[in-house]
This record gives sequence, structure tokens and C-alpha cells, in this order.
Amino acid sequence: MAFKGLDFLPRNTRIQFIRLRFMTFVASAFLMLASLGLFFTQGLNYGIDFVGGTVLEMRSSEAKADIPAIRERLKGLGLGDVQVQQFGDPRDVLIRVELQAAGEEGAEKAQQGVAKAVREALAGTMEERRVEVIGPTVSAELARDGLIAVLVAICGVLLYIWFRFEWQFSVGAVAALVHDVTLTIGMFALIGLEFNLSIIAALLTIVGYSLNDTVVVYDRIRENLRKFKRMPLAELLDLSINETLSRTILTSVTTLIALFALFIFGTEVIRGFTFAMIWGVVVGTYSSIFVAAPLLLFFGVTREWGDGATATTRKGAVSNA
Amino acid sequence: MLYFSPWKTALVVGTCLLGLIFAAPNFVSKETLRGLPNWLPNKQVSLGLDLQGGSYLLLELPVDELTGLATEDLSDQVRRTLNEAKIRRPRVRSVGKEIKVTLRDAATRPQALAALQPLVLPLNQNVLTGQGGNNIELSETGTDGITVTLTEAAIQQRINSVMSAAIETIRKRVDGLGVTEPTIQRQGRDRILVQAPGADDPEALKALIGNPAVMNFHDVHRSITAAEAEASRVPPRYFLAPDIDTGGNLLLLKRPIVKGEDLVDSQPGFDENNQPAVLFSFNSSGARKFATHTTNNIGRPFAIVIDSQVISAPRIISAIPTGSGQITGNFTVEQANILAIQLRSGSLPVKPSIIQEASVGPTLGADSVAGGLNAGLIGLAGVLFFMLLAYGFFGIFANIALLANIGLILGALSLLQATLTLPGIAGIVLTVGMAVDANVLIFERIREELRNGKKAVVAIESGYKRALGTILDANITTFIAAIILFWLGSGPIRGFAVTLSIGILTSVFTAFVVTRLLVSWWLSRQERGAIAMPI
Repeated sequence: MAFKGLDFLPRNTRIQFIRLRFMTFVASAFLMLASLGLFFTQGLNYGIDFVGGTVLEMRSSEAKADIPAIRERLKGLGLGDVQVQQFGDPRDVLIRVELQAAGEEGAEKAQQGVAKAVREALAGTMEERRVEVIGPTVSAELARDGLIAVLVAICGVLLYIWFRFEWQFSVGAVAALVHDVTLTIGMFALIGLEFNLSIIAALLTIVGYSLNDTVVVYDRIRENLRKFKRMPLAELLDLSINETLSRTILTSVTTLIALFALFIFGTEVIRGFTFAMIWGVVVGTYSSIFVAAPLLLFFGVTREWGDGATATTRKGAVSNA
Repeated sequence: MLYFSPWKTALVVGTCLLGLIFAAPNFVSKETLRGLPNWLPNKQVSLGLDLQGGSYLLLELPVDELTGLATEDLSDQVRRTLNEAKIRRPRVRSVGKEIKVTLRDAATRPQALAALQPLVLPLNQNVLTGQGGNNIELSETGTDGITVTLTEAAIQQRINSVMSAAIETIRKRVDGLGVTEPTIQRQGRDRILVQAPGADDPEALKALIGNPAVMNFHDVHRSITAAEAEASRVPPRYFLAPDIDTGGNLLLLKRPIVKGEDLVDSQPGFDENNQPAVLFSFNSSGARKFATHTTNNIGRPFAIVIDSQVISAPRIISAIPTGSGQITGNFTVEQANILAIQLRSGSLPVKPSIIQEASVGPTLGADSVAGGLNAGLIGLAGVLFFMLLAYGFFGIFANIALLANIGLILGALSLLQATLTLPGIAGIVLTVGMAVDANVLIFERIREELRNGKKAVVAIESGYKRALGTILDANITTFIAAIILFWLGSGPIRGFAVTLSIGILTSVFTAFVVTRLLVSWWLSRQERGAIAMPI
């Protein structure tokens, strides 16, 4: 009846992660700079949540939607920039119309006729599945709230970790978060996937997840700091990462299983969200091991856990406590 | 740590069963639910508009325009009052919410102030804050100036009064559409949210909401009753309108006595006998017409018609020469309030504009539910299989806990009547993947302790004990992110935050408490001595 599980990972791994820190710091710094560069040059493909406009999802009555023909028909409407793309099923298209300039009746009113015009232009061949119209007021608010949400989340986390650990841990955790968020934004700038409100939700969840990972490693570091008072910090960090490695990987795997199921079988509408989450889990796992933990070595850690001694180790020097 | 007292066991098992019982209605059809006795839980998770299809509109009242109108009215009033007080050619101009009066002769200021004093009126007391205050403030500026300021409270009261009227209009019209359970609610200071599940034609909804209510005051036919007109024929220049109070019709003259747009305000109040009444006032042209009509028709009724429905048909008791009058009757305070709101809805000075709109067709909603369900089941199967593979027999404990967790999430969602949205489904699927984290932490700890040569019971004991702090820290941080999402998110994203936070709470319970109970049961059945740990 009783059967054992497989140990996927070799026991008692002694991988020297800390030794790789210069390499991984350079890699992370490069990727972050590249992300920022892409963000400022390429920019993000903002969804209508943030820039306003009209989106219609329509299904063709034929086996495959004729996208060039749809483009042709919508061209004459004078609606400015109109994007037409396939959306999941070959029958489905997503039509996105930019925010209309404010007319005599005001900016909000100007958006009202768009959906109707598109619908009428495609009447007979297309069935409407979804329509969304966001005026300039709401989009500006959503963009502001989204930014505030990410910043408040990072600050909240900074405070919590500070409260539970020491400031060094707190800064390390937040550096890892900023790393994850920046790389996710960079990825979206690179592949031009739509950046909308659900991506903000994904970013916050990534913040939560990455932190989850970081906290587990930090918890172990704190425990080992109490246990091995004389172990050089670099060695201690390596030990802690190795001890939690199987957990870090197993949890990433189960989370990725769920996310891939969602990515493959879920509807097109949440595919962007799922993609962001998958990328975030990978980056978040990486950052807990290669960013959050090694950073402690640079800041130094107060080794006062448990016995009240207040000595600080730097760069792995032996504590004099 | 591994000892569970009987009542504690009962509590844990009971919580899981309760979760399953509340989740159960989601697995049967609505028809079956109706057939069940009432004492059984019968609440299903309510699906958001993105899953069941429907339309969503967000409207905003142009507050600036409304304030502008109010200041304009006020400056007219100030000008007229000063004229009547024979103040020589004062200069009156409005700047924002202020009216600046510059007098030709500084010596006339006390006289002007005295003349303006009657314009300062107390506002209706705010029931909630107890704050009342006045509608305007008078102050002296410079040597020859007076500033009349519209108070913030007065503006707020004006906004509230227009908002309640606008909401009333929308509610009545959406109710007429016949969709199930529409939601019309005020959001913040100047917004109205309209949600109509099942209404997949947003244009129809917009057309319904976009136009202001048409209100007119009509004369009732002197001799022919509505019933007689229905039996034979409706006389020319007359029409029949249903009366909501009596259920019957009234025969009304087509040409209105006064149009609704001439009505300036209407508020609930009390008459001289201290009975609830509706106070109303017309602008000058409305007042003139109404004065003539009421003087000539004392004792006869007239009808107030909104959107072709008679909402009230009061009898004229006395002539109303000034344009300000009251409708009395056997009102309750509540009824007087409703009638006053209705009157205002027929004379909205500004029109709310649509600032956001969304609608989802029923097929897409159904596809989303099916896709989410598939993804959830496949993800669940994958995680269950993986846990079994990774932890063997102990994996079964984690898997039972995971299933209990999903039951608890569904139960909590049904019980709280939280709205499940597409991102909400994503939140549940994500929780399935992340919920086992706590068990992974515990089991890895147990393995470590075993490797360090600890005995089974000790290893399990310290595995749970030592993992607890980590589990709490790790989950609290994710919880912080979820709370912030809920706080700042809107609509569907809120749905995600709800399922994510519920998932965090339930997963800590199932992964930490439920598996521990299962493990302690299993341990108690083992032979004493060396226990072979199936992990």
C-alpha cells in the first residue's frame, strides 16, 4: 500500500550558486537594461484599457475569416487606425479601433458611434461576440490605478519583509521584484503582446509568487544564520539555496502545469495573462535564487538572530560573534 | 502537533464537509435546485457578465456643467435681488463657484448685503453626517465688493439630487427591458454603473438609457372619462395614458399645460399640517403658464406624465401664482421622496454620458466557461499526478487536501455570492498550482529530517512545525498583493483578486491542517517501532 515518491532531484546538492553571482548579476543587469531600452524605444502595445478606444470580437459565418476583406471594408469608415487580427479560432477576429478625436459633442461622445459603424459595415457575414468601448476618462484612470497598484504592492511587500526580517532582506526581495516586473514588461515590449489591465493583475500575482519563492529561501537563510554562527556567509547562502532547491523547483513545476493547462485550453481572452504568468514564474524562480539571495552578500547581514550579538559579516568574512 | 482532540477533528472534518455542501449546488442544474427543499443550500456561484453574457455601461454626470448651471442661476438671482433692492447698477460676474459683485457706490454695501441675506438658506440636514450649513456664503471683498460663494455642501446636494433622479430614470427603463436582475448603482460622486445580464445588444440598452425622460403636465378631460373614451373613441387632441397609481387610464389633452423642462426643482417636504408633501418650483415662463391654469381650474385634476405614464394626478386646491407649490396627499415620507425624484428625473438639467461600455455575447461566455473548466480539470489532473509521482503515498494526502481546497473555494464563492469572472477562473486554476506549495514545503522538510536520521514521527512532527513559519510568510506576501489588486482593481480583475485571496486562505488550511489530520490518522494505524516512511 505504501509507496515512495520519486526524488526528482539528487539529494544534498551542493551547487555553488553564489560563485556564479557576477555572471548572473551581469546577465540580470543586461536584461533589465535591455527591457528598459525596449520599453522606451519600442514601447508597449497598450490595450484599450489604458489608451481608450473600441474593441470588437467577431465570428465569421465562414470556416475562416477573410481578414484582408474585413480590413478593406473597414478602411472606408474613416475611423483612423483600425487593427484586424485573427483571435484564437480561425473564424474569430479581433478588431481594434483607436480612440476617436473629440468632436463637437465631446471626447466621450465621439467613441459612441464606432462599434455601430463597424457592426454595420460587417453585417451579414460576421456575428458579434464581444464589444468593449473605453473613453478617455476611464482609460486614464485605469492606467493611473494600475501603476499605483504595482507601486503600492512593492512598497507593502518591502514593509512586510522589513518587519519580518532585516532591511537587507527587504531590499534584496524588492530588487528581485523590480527585476521580475521589469523583465516581464521588457518581454511584452519585445513581442508586442497587448498590455492591458489583466497584465497588471498578472504583474501583481508575479510579485506575490516571486516573493513567495524569495521568502522561502530567506526563511532558510535566517534559520541557518542561527544554526551555523561561524559559517562564512557565501557558504551559508549556498547551503540555504541548495536545501530549498527541490521545493523551489517542485512548486514552480506544479504552478507551471496549471498555467500551461490554462494557456492551452483557456480562451484567447486570458492568453496574454497566462503568458505573462508563465514568464513571471520562470523569471521569479530565477530571481529568488540568483538575485535575492546573492544580494545579501553585498549588503551584509546582521548575525544577531537568537543570541543578541550584533556583529555583521561582509563578503563571507567569519563572524566574530 | 500530530495529536488531534476529537472536537478538533470534528471541526476540521466539519469545515471540509460544509465547504462541499455549499459547493454542491454548482454541480446540479438550476431546475433540479428549484425542486429541492428550501433548507438545503441552493446558492450557485454567480457568473460575471463576461461568462454569462450581457451588457455593462458606466455613465458619468457632467459635474462641471452642473456646477456651471447652478452658478448661472445664482448670479441671475443675485442680479435680480440687487435690482429689486434699487442698488445702482452693480457689476455682477461669476468666477468659478463665486459671484463677484462690484458696487458703484461703496456706501450702499450694507444695504446690498441686507438685500442678499434672504438668499442664504439652510440646506437640508444631512442624515448621515449631521452637517447642514447654508447654500451660499456672503463675504465682503475690497471696499466696494461682495462675494457670493456657492458652498461645497450645496454643490454636493445638487449633484446628489440629480444623481438620484438620473438613476431612477435608468432603473425604470432597464426594468422595462425585462432582463433578469439588472444592477443599477451609483459609483462614487458622479458615476452610475449599469449591468444587464443577458442583454447582448448594447445599442438597445444605450438607446434606452441615453435619452432623458420626457415629462409634461397635462390637463384631464373635463367630461369624458377614460373608460367612456375607450368604449367609443378617443376625442381628437386627446390621448389615453396609463395611471400607475390606479392601474386604469386617464384621458388627457395632448397639448401640455407646462413642459417638464420648465420645472426647476422638486424636493420632499412637509405641508402646513406637517404631512409629507412634494414641494416643486417652476422657472418664470413655467410659473406664468401654471398660474393661469391653476387659477382657472381650481378643484380639477391635472396629470404629471413621464415617458407616457401618469405618475401622479393631483387635484388643484388653490391657484399657484408664484410657480412654487406643493403636492399633498396621503403620502408617506418615502412616497413623497419617490415622487420628488420622479419629478426631477423628468427635468434633468444635464445628461449623463457613457464613458465605458462592454458587452459579451452568450456564446463567448459559454466558450469561456468551457475553456476555463477544461483548463482547470486538466491542470488539476496534471498536478494530482505530479504530486503522486513526487511524494508517493504522502502525495495522496496532499491530493485529498487539494480536492478539499477546491471544494472550499467553490463553497466560499457560493456562500459569499461573489461574482465569478474569467480572470476569477484563472485565479482558481492558478491556485490549484500554487496551493500544493505548502505541502511541498512540509514534505521536503520531512524528507530532510528523515535524511538527518530522525525517526518517522519526529520527522513528521518537526516537518510541520518548521514549515509553518515559512508557509505563513510566503502566503501573507501573496495575500498582500491580492488585497491590493482587490482594492485598486475593477470589474473582472476584482473577481481574480477574490478567488486568489480565498484560495490562499483555504489552501493554507487544507495543506497545513487537513493533511496533518490525515497523516496523524495514518500514523495511528502503523505498528509501533520503525515506520517505513512512504514519502
